[in-house]
Amino acid sequence: MSKYTEDDLREELETQEYEYGFYTDLDAETFPKGLNEDIIRAISAKKNEPEWMTDWRLDAFRIWEQMEEPEWANVNYPKPDFQAISYYSAPKKADPNKSLDDVDPELLEMYKKLGISIDEQKKLQGVAVDIVVDSVSVATTFKETLAEKGIIFMPISEAIQEYPELVKKYMGTVVPKTDNFYAALNSAVFTDGSFCYIPKGVKCPMELSTYFRINEGGTGQFERTLVVADESSYVSYLEGCTAPARDENQLHAAVVELIALDDAEIKYSTVQNWFPGDKDGKGGVFNFVTKRGICHTNSKISWTQVETGSAVTWKYPSCVLKGDNSVGEFYSIAVTNNYQQADTGTKMIHLGKNTKSTIISKGISAGKSQNSYRGLVQINGRAENARNFSQCDSLLMGNKCGAHTFPYIESKNKSAQIEHEATTSKIGEDQLFYCNQRGIDTEKAIALIVNGFSKEVLNKLPMEFAVEAQKLLEISLEGSVG
Amino acid sequence: MSLKDNLISSFMVMENRGKVDLDSGFHQMRSEAINAFEKQGFPTKKDEEWKYTSLNSVLKHDYSIFPKSEAAVEFKEVKKYFVHEIETYKIVFIDGVYSSFLSETTHDGYDICLMSAALKKPKYKMVLDNYFNTIADKENSITNLNTAFTMEGAYINIGKNKVLPKPIQIVNFYTGSEKDILLQPRNLVVVGENSHVQIIERHQSLSDNVVLTNAVTEIFANKRAIVDHYKIQNDNDNASMIDSTYVQQKANSIVSVNTYSFGGKLTRNNVEFFHEGEHIESHINGISILDKKQHVDNHTLIHHKFPNCESFELYKGIFDASSTGVFNGKVIVDQEAQKTNAFQQNNNILIGDKATINAKPQLEIFADDVKCSHGCTIGQLDESAMFYMQSRGIPEKEAKALLLYAFGNEVVEKIKIPELKTRITKLIANKLGVKLGFEI
Repeated sequence: MSKYTEDDLREELETQEYEYGFYTDLDAETFPKGLNEDIIRAISAKKNEPEWMTDWRLDAFRIWEQMEEPEWANVNYPKPDFQAISYYSAPKKADPNKSLDDVDPELLEMYKKLGISIDEQKKLQGVAVDIVVDSVSVATTFKETLAEKGIIFMPISEAIQEYPELVKKYMGTVVPKTDNFYAALNSAVFTDGSFCYIPKGVKCPMELSTYFRINEGGTGQFERTLVVADESSYVSYLEGCTAPARDENQLHAAVVELIALDDAEIKYSTVQNWFPGDKDGKGGVFNFVTKRGICHTNSKISWTQVETGSAVTWKYPSCVLKGDNSVGEFYSIAVTNNYQQADTGTKMIHLGKNTKSTIISKGISAGKSQNSYRGLVQINGRAENARNFSQCDSLLMGNKCGAHTFPYIESKNKSAQIEHEATTSKIGEDQLFYCNQRGIDTEKAIALIVNGFSKEVLNKLPMEFAVEAQKLLEISLEGSVG
Repeated sequence: MSLKDNLISSFMVMENRGKVDLDSGFHQMRSEAINAFEKQGFPTKKDEEWKYTSLNSVLKHDYSIFPKSEAAVEFKEVKKYFVHEIETYKIVFIDGVYSSFLSETTHDGYDICLMSAALKKPKYKMVLDNYFNTIADKENSITNLNTAFTMEGAYINIGKNKVLPKPIQIVNFYTGSEKDILLQPRNLVVVGENSHVQIIERHQSLSDNVVLTNAVTEIFANKRAIVDHYKIQNDNDNASMIDSTYVQQKANSIVSVNTYSFGGKLTRNNVEFFHEGEHIESHINGISILDKKQHVDNHTLIHHKFPNCESFELYKGIFDASSTGVFNGKVIVDQEAQKTNAFQQNNNILIGDKATINAKPQLEIFADDVKCSHGCTIGQLDESAMFYMQSRGIPEKEAKALLLYAFGNEVVEKIKIPELKTRITKLIANKLGVKLGFEI
């Protein structure tokens, strides 16, 4: 066998094509490009929303108009022209109220390509899926099974109709409209997303899953996810995303809000695989996402993310540890290749006593990509005995990529214990030598090392999703894994 | 009139009164600097580099900018502020004015003298043209302010192949003869190939009057030079300080900058290293022990531009009462700087109920074949260790001091001048309020 070296791996990485870059020819209804109050009213009307929702959106739009695009992230990209985006696009034939058999066969074909065909999912045990294509939710599975337990899992547009009180009570409480530029934009124009409510004391029997896909060109995707875990409940939530390969940059600005009430636990896993652009850095999705969860007493929120896609990622899944004894976790693998740029990390805000947070972030940069970790650990004066452990490791492949860390650590309490460590290195010659010496060839050795490097995070993914995440990692780093 | 306006009009006064030579290229540098300062203004908390440090409390005073009096100070009164146990060269300033009485300068083989003298004499012109203000950060408004008002400071120019027989002490005293005073010493240190220099710098206020020091030091280490710079910051509660030290290193040189911050109201240290050659070693060490409402902000930058260089950074902090510590450690590794080893460590202990620490270690790495790491911890004293000592009859206060001393010892151990090490140890014991029952 010919010798497989790191250079070969790098070569493979650079030429690796985006497997999900297909475009499905769906008959879609798309709004004219541009953004103004009329468009927002039209979106709201399309969704048949109550008046409070329309007002909420308009309020957010007015706030957004006053805001400026943030510049602080360590990424460079052409600023999106917000007037050149269509804010609503829906596959025409898809009707969420019909059974699966009525779904556009082309849609089903697309899901098959995504590797999450609904048939397959049905066979897989216990994963309920809500699929959002372009801007609307097209299919939700296992609705009845969940309803028996009193679990609400449906597109947020339906939830606004059916459970307006719940949505009204929680939406915007964790990520307010004023939070940041993209959150305000999302609040104004979001067209769909998932809503999930787990009642008191219920342990959700299956993984809940949402699939997002941008299909239409010239559109942006603005989905909004709201997960509420009532007292003593548990839910594990999965999220995946893909987009067709296009020359243009598409905008994805999502908001995810998690609310873990007393003693509840939410596990939120993301496999993000938006189109990263081709190997010359052309096209790709701009992924500007605001994700935040609030933990009440004794509750726990755990974020796990595998970030392999998007041309530009700007994403900080955060935890506000408000209640005493609450726990926040963040596990992340961010892989960047070619001209991808990722600025990702987390914020752990310790407000309650005995709060704990763990941050494990692994960055792998290849090609000409830039990978940044940006994190904040903040210990409030009232947060007695707060505990944080952070670790961010970067692996560099090739000498044209960059790895950066920007951790902010702020402590106002003397009883807090905070540890932060970061390392940056390439795959060590000594590590490879050690493996070779024991009869493991270089290809396997690289696989072993990359696997070992990411393992801490991969292990945190739910079983059903781990297979998929492995697959995505393979796509991004094919030749090195497996 | 705001301090900024006051400074800008003072600059014009300086020009009009003929205090400076208006025709020289040097004056052009001043003008550019004051214009840049006028445009930039004093940094605010909106500035990322000043996110955790507000200058409002120190800028509100009506500072006098040109010290008028030449106060005399008896050596015996200030002896304790010198490392007097050993022979040293001394450059001493009282209220910003050179004190020949307390100083011991030389021109024998190398120049250890005054900036004001160097500015006047043509024979120093070439050195100043080549080095002065070449590495100071032009984006830093406070450094620009210092450049505009450069009058006095230490001028140290060591030629090739000289190993200095004794360290150099640069000591600045403020007598408080004027109510609120702004002092802007400017130091230039040029060390030739294969030469060794040790510098001890101290700023000391002798009264309770308000003083703000804006010091800038540029250090140039040529090939294989070894430079150790020690800064003692143990001033009283009305003294504030902004110190910027810029270091440029050529191949195979070794430079260390060590900062010991025990006092002062507000202290900001900028230490920036720029590499201009291979096989360079850079060391930055610091220890801060603060109480009351003291505030220390350590900002460091190591810019690796060439391959095969190493940097080591170690900062420790102990924060009592309502004190605040800030640490920002930036390491940039350029794409060309392969085989770089960069290590950074920042450990903090919070003792005070209202004490705050804000840390931001920051790595920006563009090269793949590197070993870079940073670690940052914030914690408390080990309760079991405290219990162990107390159960063996060591009182709580001493046990605590012993543990804290041990915590900081790693930094103290790096001091290469034994007498200075003893001095720093005593200062630490003093600060912790105990007599350590052992000699170092």
